[in-house]
Amino acid sequence: MATNILMPALSPTMEEGTLAKWLVKEGDTVSSGDILAEIETDKATMEFEAVDDGLITKILIAEGTEGVKVNTPIAVLLEEGEDTTVEAPVAQPAAKEVAAPAFIAAITTTEVRPAMEEVPAGTKMKTLTVREALREAMSEEMRLDDNVYLMGEEVAEYQGAYKISQGMLDEFGPRRVIDTPITEHGFTGIAVGAAFAGLRPIVEFMTFNFAMQAIDHIINSAAKTLYMSGGQMGCPIVFRGANGAAARVGAQHSQDYAAWYAQIPGLKVVQPYSAADAKGLLKSAIRDPNPVLVLENEILYGRSFEVPDLPDFTVPLGRARIWREGSDVTIVSFGIGMQYALEAADELAKEGISAEVIDLRTIRPIDYETILTSVRKTNRCVTVEEGFPVCSIGNHLSAKIMTEAFDYLDAPVINCAGKDVPMPYAANLEKLALITTKEVIEAVKSVTYR
Amino acid sequence: MALSKAAKKSNTSKDELLGYYREMLQIRRFEEKAGQLYGMGLIGGFCHLYIGQEAVVVGLEATAKEGDQRITSYRDHGHMLACGMDPKGVMAELTGRSDGYSKGKGGSMHMFSAEKKFYGGHGIVGAQVPLGAGLAFANKYRGNDNVSFAYFGDGSANQGQVYETFNMASLWALPVIFVIENNQYAMGTAMKRSTSSPDIYTRGQAFGIPGEAVDGMDVLAVKAAGDKAVAHCRSGKGPYILEMKTYRYRGHSMSDPAKYRTREEVQKVREEKDPIDHVRDLLLQGKHATEEDLKAIDKEIKSIVNESAKFAQESPEPDLSELWTDIYA
Repeated sequence: MATNILMPALSPTMEEGTLAKWLVKEGDTVSSGDILAEIETDKATMEFEAVDDGLITKILIAEGTEGVKVNTPIAVLLEEGEDTTVEAPVAQPAAKEVAAPAFIAAITTTEVRPAMEEVPAGTKMKTLTVREALREAMSEEMRLDDNVYLMGEEVAEYQGAYKISQGMLDEFGPRRVIDTPITEHGFTGIAVGAAFAGLRPIVEFMTFNFAMQAIDHIINSAAKTLYMSGGQMGCPIVFRGANGAAARVGAQHSQDYAAWYAQIPGLKVVQPYSAADAKGLLKSAIRDPNPVLVLENEILYGRSFEVPDLPDFTVPLGRARIWREGSDVTIVSFGIGMQYALEAADELAKEGISAEVIDLRTIRPIDYETILTSVRKTNRCVTVEEGFPVCSIGNHLSAKIMTEAFDYLDAPVINCAGKDVPMPYAANLEKLALITTKEVIEAVKSVTYR
Repeated sequence: MALSKAAKKSNTSKDELLGYYREMLQIRRFEEKAGQLYGMGLIGGFCHLYIGQEAVVVGLEATAKEGDQRITSYRDHGHMLACGMDPKGVMAELTGRSDGYSKGKGGSMHMFSAEKKFYGGHGIVGAQVPLGAGLAFANKYRGNDNVSFAYFGDGSANQGQVYETFNMASLWALPVIFVIENNQYAMGTAMKRSTSSPDIYTRGQAFGIPGEAVDGMDVLAVKAAGDKAVAHCRSGKGPYILEMKTYRYRGHSMSDPAKYRTREEVQKVREEKDPIDHVRDLLLQGKHATEEDLKAIDKEIKSIVNESAKFAQESPEPDLSELWTDIYA
């Protein structure tokens, strides 16, 4: 029987891709393992192999087609000995609801937001993905300062495991874009030593899960040296990479480290949501004389946002951003948590609840004043984050709000967080483990007594 | 024993020998004084003395030039004195006072000098090894011919990050000299109980890093090996390993029960291998100095050390506001 060859998912977070090139044509006989096509995703271009032997009877999607959804039939394969006159099967819908992660809905969120304070009125904007914004930030800073260099796993010849550093090897050469062996402990120590000597390394961790191998150098070597040396010797370094849950990658690859690093004096920690903040904060991080962690998110890498089209756009560290003004409740979030916060605010608006949404952007030092000012106005607060619930950023903010604005509160602060479990693999369980927009809406209704 | 070996190296100049003598003696007297102040409760916490190992840093510092960097573990007082840091500032740091190198905020294990390119003073066993390679990375990146000396012990030599660093240092030809100060004991664990092969210097072979064992109790042997290693690194040939066979006379730290080795073992090394006695004998035998000359040096050193102790006790404790400074640049 003829079977459909489907558009493959080539990474845990891939939803669609470009059928860059067919390497077979109609009428070709293929064997299992033969390369059929090149598929390009926002991360990489990959070859796609035949699983079965047979005859390619029809190519359904022409090469060069962009935005081909995963599981779309792209060709028809007739297995050996079968009747070549059989009609191609009707395209089947993708296997029952392929674990559509909750974040997809947020992409359509309408954002009612005040202008960014860093951007002068009338500034021309351009659309960039978070990935492109991060790349622009690094490249711009590397053009300005020869002391800045990038090192990490697959940053150079592979063009970045998540394509953040794509093209940078070509521009800056192997002296400044350096592939490392898979030895986080060692290369992080080397980068910290180079920073002691006055260079300004950007260390890319493929994901922050792997930075646990290197956490001694981040905390004991990078964060504490300025203090231990009585101010003589600092560590101007950036540690950046994907942080938090991706999709379906299991417990060891799905963890948000915001609360871990936020506890350490001597470190600065940022966790951008939008592309503009990703760019502006990373540029500031590179210029900062202290060790700065930039906690990125794999799911957000491909998301597009408006970014100011300025020659040198930076966002100061330590300043929150009010994304949406409101009067009934303050929702505080950061990173990918902003998606749930903004989506919830949209839904709540339909029910007449006006939510003020604050993006912390910097997790250390925290912009308490913006939060407290907002809570004093709305008298209610819900925090939203993807990390574990015990000793979370939300727990800390609750304590701060209780201490500084107790008399303004009309309800207890509620912390929405990931569940207190290692991340499961099964799609339904994973969905349950993550924070959802529904939970944020429920929390807001609870504190507004609705 | 030391004498017969030394006699062969009589071509070392008088000034050089006197310099080694003076520097090693200063470290020893300084450490003795630190031990004394510790006993008086003026120095707190951990305090790791370098007595017995003096020839290693003194011999290697004689091979360094302006701009070279050094980094070591928590047993760091000797390294600081040998690279020219002020004994007063070091001692005042030991007593936790405001005139210490870290304003009293680092202590015995955490001192630094941007001026002398001394990069600490690190308390996590093995951490200084990639950090030291990072200093070398900066030299290579800048295209200068400086080298970095990364000192670590036989205990650190079993840390995984050391081998990650060997790999990258060799791969990238970093100008770093890995100085293994093998004093035979990782805290209280004898090397034979912790380390699978007795010759640590051979561990670079797998990474293509040349290495050699050196009599770390003989400052002239240290200097000669150091010259070779430094020339190798400066010429762009990549890292080099020197395993200094040395010995620490005192405990691992001040609170050492000394149950893991015999008094006789320590006594034997002191009598037969002492690095300072060795140079002293060379000076006397070669007629470079008289007993009186050496006594005068002893006196001078004693006065420098006493002055540093006095300074360290008179320097005020850090201002309470210092608690909140130097967290961010």
